[in-house]
Amino acid sequence: MVTLNINGHDHSVDVPNDTPLLWVIREHLQMTGTKFGCGAGLCGACTVHLNGEAVRSCQTHVSEASGKKITTIEGLDPKGEHPLQRAWIAEQVPQCGYCQSGQIMQAASLLAKNADPTKAELVAHMDGNLCRCMSYVRIQRAILRAAADMRGV
Amino acid sequence: MTKHHKIDGLPRIDRRSFIVGTAATGLVLGYAVPKIGESFAATTAGVEATQWVSIGNDGKVWVTVGKADMGQHIASTMAQLVAEELEASWKDMNVVLASNDPKYNDPVLGAQVTGGSWSTGMNFDAMCRAGAAGRLTLIKAASEMMGVPENELRARDSRVYHTKTRKSVTFAEIVESGKANKAWSPDELKAIKLKTPDQYTKIGQSLPQLDIPSKTNGTCKYGIDAFVPDMVYGKLALPPVRFGATVKSVDDSAAKNVPGFIKAVVVDDKTGTTSGWVVAVATSYEGAKKAAAALKIDWDKGPYANVSDQSIIDESRRLQKDGTEGFLFVKEGDSASAMQKAAKVIEGEYLTSLNIHAPLEPMNALALKKDGVWHIYTGNQFNTRTTAIAAAVAGSSKDDVWSEKDVLIHQHYLGGGFGRRLESDMVVPAVAAAKAVGKPVKLIYAREDDMQMDFTRPLTYQKVKVGLDSDGKPIAMEHDVIGAWPTKRWGIPAFLTPAVDKKGPHDAFTVNGADYWYSIPNHTVTNYENKLAQNATPSGQLRSVAPGWTFWAVESTMDDIAHASGQDPVEMRLKLLDGAGANVGGDKPQNVGGAKRLANALRIAVGRSGYGAIKLGPDEGIGVASVSSQERTSPTWTACVAHVKVDRKTGEVTLKKLTLAMDVGTIVNPDGVRAQIEGSTLWGASIAMLEKATLANGGIEQTNFDSYTPMRLSQVPELDISIIGNGEPAVGCGEPAVTVVAPAIGNAIFNAVGARVRSLPITAEEVKAAMKA
Repeated sequence: MVTLNINGHDHSVDVPNDTPLLWVIREHLQMTGTKFGCGAGLCGACTVHLNGEAVRSCQTHVSEASGKKITTIEGLDPKGEHPLQRAWIAEQVPQCGYCQSGQIMQAASLLAKNADPTKAELVAHMDGNLCRCMSYVRIQRAILRAAADMRGV
Repeated sequence: MTKHHKIDGLPRIDRRSFIVGTAATGLVLGYAVPKIGESFAATTAGVEATQWVSIGNDGKVWVTVGKADMGQHIASTMAQLVAEELEASWKDMNVVLASNDPKYNDPVLGAQVTGGSWSTGMNFDAMCRAGAAGRLTLIKAASEMMGVPENELRARDSRVYHTKTRKSVTFAEIVESGKANKAWSPDELKAIKLKTPDQYTKIGQSLPQLDIPSKTNGTCKYGIDAFVPDMVYGKLALPPVRFGATVKSVDDSAAKNVPGFIKAVVVDDKTGTTSGWVVAVATSYEGAKKAAAALKIDWDKGPYANVSDQSIIDESRRLQKDGTEGFLFVKEGDSASAMQKAAKVIEGEYLTSLNIHAPLEPMNALALKKDGVWHIYTGNQFNTRTTAIAAAVAGSSKDDVWSEKDVLIHQHYLGGGFGRRLESDMVVPAVAAAKAVGKPVKLIYAREDDMQMDFTRPLTYQKVKVGLDSDGKPIAMEHDVIGAWPTKRWGIPAFLTPAVDKKGPHDAFTVNGADYWYSIPNHTVTNYENKLAQNATPSGQLRSVAPGWTFWAVESTMDDIAHASGQDPVEMRLKLLDGAGANVGGDKPQNVGGAKRLANALRIAVGRSGYGAIKLGPDEGIGVASVSSQERTSPTWTACVAHVKVDRKTGEVTLKKLTLAMDVGTIVNPDGVRAQIEGSTLWGASIAMLEKATLANGGIEQTNFDSYTPMRLSQVPELDISIIGNGEPAVGCGEPAVTVVAPAIGNAIFNAVGARVRSLPITAEEVKAAMKA
């Protein structure tokens, strides 16, 4: 039995220790906002926060996540109104939308530490997140919009 | 030239009349058909949405969308068309994705299939008429309720107003009254006078896409997000070859040690969609994955285990040299004798690699049988064919006649389509496994499964030969196109096109675009099926389909002509886009204006790019291309200017900027169109420079995003996009930009360093080699 704290709630699941956190979140707990894309840490669709750090949940064993604060897209903001989520709507970012939970979680970990990233910092931080619809122009714009929002300008 | 046929051999709806009437708690607008199967009552909160549009007594409008929504926001577009004529407020609009019930078939195609950038154009009229019929019905009811004549009433913002007194009733109140009752016959529907563009208040506005909020908070549901009670999981164990393998034996003794393992199921696929597939079924996905890896399977690799890229190319070259097996697609004038009179002949051999769709949501399906009906939960682009394939695997159809009574598809949002989900392979192992274990099975492809069993863009080989007269004017062109034929593989005769020489039907979806709009007399285009490729690498439609390779050849050739005759490539194209003869256009509503519209798109892209005016740095070059993708009957006039810098030492190409201009006729949602062009332009660049799949020993070599590498954020060039809306009929915007980028880049590289690259993707090694040549 593993106990996981996800979005402030404790969940006990009976899975082997080496089970990827992704499958526990998605299939055992049916919180489907976190997506499976590659299973190899190459696309970023499964990104969640572990104590505020963006990690690939497909590459994280449940045993590594136990005892830490796990945040998924569903828990990023109680009303789904994180500055990034608002910016994502304002810039009409998603196309198919499948990668966007991961994109938003990845971006959130950047802005939590640095609400005034340079373009180079932004690109470096986001380059591991693949968008197959290639909504990149808008992803970048939305992050800059959210950052400005967080700085109150 | 492809014509749009109703698809024969598939069920049709009896379109007896268009009903506007009150259902239990709401107003329903639609074509009357027998009520079949499960309705969407649950999804629409009590409103029985049996047809395109329904309005609840809460005033909410629901549009049922028979098109797959894979990020092009087509559901929102359909709602926008309905809302325009219905006069509903945008905040009241909602969408629901249609099941496979044939009553949701495309009004032009007569089937449920999403592709070809056809959706907006083909559904524009039907959706506007559905909205208008609703408005007229509501106005008639309001006239009764308010006791004033209909001609003094006007609908606006989900209300009907009395224009003299400004008194109004809401749509909700009208529906609640139960007075909104009218059956519309097809003739009555046809007679409705629709708005003219100057009266539009919603079409042409960037209304926010209805699906986007759910895609920012994790609530949007894709096929992979479906759950049903008691379901178990399936993971594929696949043979080492793309096609043709058979399972000799399966040893599951090691898999039995995996906790939760249930069974290894050898997929018996009578449809020929898959071959040699085994499903490991277990109570969890991670268990199924471990079990699949533990299976020891002995395969007969079949007849294609030695096929490689090179053997496919060799066969294509043989077919082209032999010349007897082709089907004529274009035959204008006499290219053979004109070629003999030519002062100069230019030849080029063009290749495009296998490409993998790799939508980010891997293929998946959840299948279960309940009360004699197979339920399939998935996201797909071709409900009609997916139904038939699921039924065939389930063995539930009688006399090979399937219906939605046998198989009900619960359509979901698609985590990317790009043509991949026109294929129905995901339902095959899901149904086979569910049947074998007697439980619902959710089958999820690992990324490796998804890539190695992709229905790839075919590897194509093209030969182009052009004859110029002594003034450098092109007087003859011969173009051979050779590859696998994805659409032929579907086995739907109406999707094939008769050859010009009456030799029989061929797959024109592999050669569209070669019938360009340039005025060049004496033009022959011949289409060849490479049967080795067809069998060994079952191919599919990949975003933009044939124009993705035909324009690579045509537009590179156009630049060859310009350079050989000392003309400016832009001036030369404009001269040839004179709109003479058949190139005047207008034989179909969607190609009205013809070649001259393409000339204008080219002028706009060229003008915005600074062509000829801006100063280029060392080893920089600008290249142009102009295309009429997808088909001659539905061209989207598109031009691109690419600005590149080439490293002479390494051959590395840096893409600095892409300037695009696209004429889409009528722009329903400008920001939505822009998003599609942004994405498809970068797709074009990604395919041109970054994406390559290879076949060796009958198998696709790439397995994940480390070996198959679509564009990432750091590789995105500067974009400048111009959208042209002339108010002509709407054409597609999701694919054409894919086709124009590669030749523009190729031409820019030539202008930068004199290297002519003729194969895709463009690699540094080839650029370097071409510089020396």
